[in-house]
Amino acid sequence: MIDVIDHLAGIEPDSPLDHLRDQRPDAREHAQRGFDALLTPDVPGEVSLVERDAVAAFVTGLHRDPRTARFYADRLSELAPDLLDVVRREIAAGSTTGPYGAYPADGPLAVESDDGLRYRAQDPAALGGRLTAAFEHAHLLVFRPREADPKDLRALADAGWSDTAIVTLSQLVAFLSFQIRVVAGLRLLGATQKGTS
Amino acid sequence: MTGFTTDQLDWTPWLAPLTEPELTDAHREALVDAARAASPYFRLLARDPEILHARTKTDKDIFYNTKGGLPRPERELAATATSRRNGCVYCASVHARFAAHYSKRPDDVQRLLDEGVGAPQDGRWQAVIDASVALAATPVEFGAEHIEALRAAGLDDLAISDTIHAAAFFNWANRLMLSLGEPTADR
Repeated sequence: MIDVIDHLAGIEPDSPLDHLRDQRPDAREHAQRGFDALLTPDVPGEVSLVERDAVAAFVTGLHRDPRTARFYADRLSELAPDLLDVVRREIAAGSTTGPYGAYPADGPLAVESDDGLRYRAQDPAALGGRLTAAFEHAHLLVFRPREADPKDLRALADAGWSDTAIVTLSQLVAFLSFQIRVVAGLRLLGATQKGTS
Repeated sequence: MTGFTTDQLDWTPWLAPLTEPELTDAHREALVDAARAASPYFRLLARDPEILHARTKTDKDIFYNTKGGLPRPERELAATATSRRNGCVYCASVHARFAAHYSKRPDDVQRLLDEGVGAPQDGRWQAVIDASVALAATPVEFGAEHIEALRAAGLDDLAISDTIHAAAFFNWANRLMLSLGEPTADR
């Protein structure tokens, strides 16, 4: 079983970054366990494996790190090849830069409100009701999490997402937001080490 | 909603947490600390215990494993700057208190909250804040210039890795706290 962060950041056994990660052994182990729990659960429970891989391909596609995005697109294409092009079109429709979003208009942070794309799924028929709602929520969490509101959770519930499934979906998007950044940061740190040695 | 503050806030979930009697041994193991059974946030996340457990163990090693690397106050600074940039008032309040306490620099932390991530700071704090802000961007904007600035500020590679992990982790935590509930005035 590969360590996904090592794989995506290009960390070789016995390299300086390998030793560096060993100094935070729990973070290393449990970042991988987080991936396992969300993407390869023993019991998928209320969120199917296809839904997990489709959301992961969408979220990593929005972050536009080619290696990470390809890894998750490949997982989806193995499990649900018909969905890959659908998800690619949704990534194209949802691509923007963040974070942005409005703060409450009557509150002290209103002056910092920053408008941007409000993504809606392009092809709800191809995605189906549950994934349409999941993608729209995932986009909100990726780009304008400050705008999240109870009505966003009601939209998921209306599409068939239970409270427990919403927790899993939220963890999936949030965990990937972490993993993508660790990978990007460590890969760059490794490149600068090679450059200075 | 309040602005950014170091005041003690409560957090109220928008979905029903598990109740304390509903917690099984597996849920309690996932909470890691028994005291967290009192927290509606952690009892809500306990609906998916495996990822909660992984989240908590990752969090603790990134912030509390102080064998070398980035000093604790600056890990809290990265958490605060990330939360300030993403707009998580609750997360920022908790970690701003930690950053101010451990650094003994409450005025600098308050300026980060009041004026935002662009507020002037000394060189080392500026480097940590700038790196955190670049990592909060989607797509990620963290570049070689950020690593150079961290090195120039005296961070070794483990400290730079700690900065990356602390900032990255708050991109996880902020999204949960922002989207599953909201800050409320302390009772």
